This record gives sequence, C-alpha cells and structure tokens, in this order.
Amino acid sequence: MTRRLIDDLGADPVAWTGRSVEHEPGDITCEPGYILHWLEATENANPVYWDDEVARELTGGPTAPATMLSVWSRPLVWRPGRSEPDRLLVMHHLMKEAFGLPQGIVARSESVFLIPIRPGDRIARTETVREVGELRTTRLGRGRSWIIDVTYRNQLGEVVGSDAYEMFSYGGADA
Amino acid sequence: MPDRPTAARITVGDELPPLRVPVTARTIVMGASASRDWQPQHHDHEWAVRRSGTGGIFLNTPAQAGWIERFLTDWSGPRGRLGRMEFRMRRSVRPGDELCFTGVVRSLAQDGTGCWWARVDVELSVDGERVTSCAANLAVPATDDDNPWAREGAAWRPLPVPATGGGTHVSRSDPYR
Repeated sequence: MTRRLIDDLGADPVAWTGRSVEHEPGDITCEPGYILHWLEATENANPVYWDDEVARELTGGPTAPATMLSVWSRPLVWRPGRSEPDRLLVMHHLMKEAFGLPQGIVARSESVFLIPIRPGDRIARTETVREVGELRTTRLGRGRSWIIDVTYRNQLGEVVGSDAYEMFSYGGADA
Repeated sequence: MPDRPTAARITVGDELPPLRVPVTARTIVMGASASRDWQPQHHDHEWAVRRSGTGGIFLNTPAQAGWIERFLTDWSGPRGRLGRMEFRMRRSVRPGDELCFTGVVRSLAQDGTGCWWARVDVELSVDGERVTSCAANLAVPATDDDNPWAREGAAWRPLPVPATGGGTHVSRSDPYR
C-alpha cells in the first residue's frame, strides 16, 4: 500500500500539499470495553460514562469520550492476510519515508468534536497534507515540520470530528 | 457536592481545581494501549533512549488529550461538553514525572445558537516547568436545567469543519466563536 501511495502521490513530498488519502472504516468498532480501558487509563470518573441513568438523561445513551476520536480508526497492528502494517496518519509516515526522516513527534494537536461517537459506530477518515515546512534545527535535531488534517466520518457519512497534527520529523542521515 | 459550573456561576479568571498525576511507566503504556498507539517510543524504553532521543518512553498525544478532557470535566461535571481543544507539547512527559494540571477560564461567551462556551487555558507542568499548554472550548450549561449534549446539527458549532478534510486551524488568539 505504501509503495502504491507514493507512486500515486509522486516523488516530491513538498508537492503533496493539499493531497488527501481516504481510508474506509477501520478494524475497530466503537465498543464499551475500549471505552472502559480509556477511562481506566485516564482515571476519568465522569458519570456520563459510568452511570447508565446519567448517560440516558444527558447524552441519550452511552458515548465514548470525545478525545477518543482517533482511536476508532487506528488499525489493528496485525490481522490475518495483512502483509504490511497499516497505520493511522499514513500521510505522516509516507512523508517521513519520502524525506528520509525516520523519527517523528507530534508538536501540536488540534481537535474539533462534532457528533458523539457511540458503541457500534464505525469511523472512516480522510488525511490531508496541509503544509510542509522548510528544514530547520531543534533540540531533537535537524528536520521538518508538516501539518496533517484528519477528518473522521461515521457509517452515515456524517463528519463526527477532526484532528490537525503538526508533526516534527528528524533523524535523517543527511539532515 | 458543590454547585457545578453554569454560565451564571462562571467568572472569567476562575481557576479550575488543580490535579496532580504521578506518571509511571504504567501511565504511559496504558495510555498508549487505550489509544491503540503502538509506536515504540510509548512502550519500549530502550528503543526510546536509543532511537528517539527523548530519554525514555513518553506519554502519547491522545493520552494527553484524554487526561486534559478528564481535568476539564472533573470541573464542569457531566453536563460540560468538549467542543474543541488545541495543545502544544514542549517536552516529553516521562516516568517519574509528577504532572500538575492547572486551568483558568479565559473567556465566557454565548454563540449565535445560544450555547455558552467557557474558553479554558490549561497548563501541564512538571517541577514548575511547563510541558504542555492547551486552549479548550468547553460548552457549559446556561443554568442547572440546560444540557449542552442536547445540541446537534446547526445548534452545535464549536467550529466549522470543511467537508473535504481541509484545515480548521486557527491562531491561539482566535476568540473561538
């Protein structure tokens, strides 16, 4: 998939600005077990997620915490028949590969939450390269920043939210 | 239980109750697991030291967002509804850190649909050093009977999201309306 995408996008990653990749709903369906795991990990006692009566009254039933937005389209690391690991932020990983910058961090993140995601929802995403920065040096080393916008849609095609990630990638042999 | 924040009770400058979280390897690995993020820098200490230059495994972005959401709704109660958040990470959060969350209401405004928005600035610090700064736009009830979760469609507009997945980013000085 990676090779095919790079072939489709072209060799110069700077020219990928404005280009998008669409992803069908991922391997994961929103489900209560993962919501509980998230609440456990962030020690979140909000009764809207723990008390069925509160959930019914306020949100019309169970929902996932808003900040789980990206979780539902993160692919399984392994599944039968998958020869190459699939990943969230595939555009970011393609940029790293194309620029030869193997390490990457998220420097800034922005999220908008529109429609609550509920158990049973399946989330598709569109990733778009917004901008690509020049080479610069930080305390992590010489590298580049870029911004990837991700829009998430549910099984009805409704936009449920979006993320924007400003990444900084570094660690290349020539960087 | 003290009265939960409503638009009538919130004053610009209000401070949120601080939260202190001792960060362990479990905090970080569990955050990575719960967000399904298996990048090695969030679970493999040797890899993180050798390859990422971050000095060890560190808390990933979705988990930080989750902790910030928890901090905000600890204050707002279940009627508080997160609409938007933006945060910048200045240094990695690692095992052994004690993460301190502080927050202050920077503005309170009603949008054209009648929804009240508390703009809250949140800081995460370790030993007094700011590690992450966040601006969040949290819908709060107008009164005890109001429910921001009941808003949908045109009545819920944290910010427009382009249908094609384009940018929604605005500067930090944006009034969030």
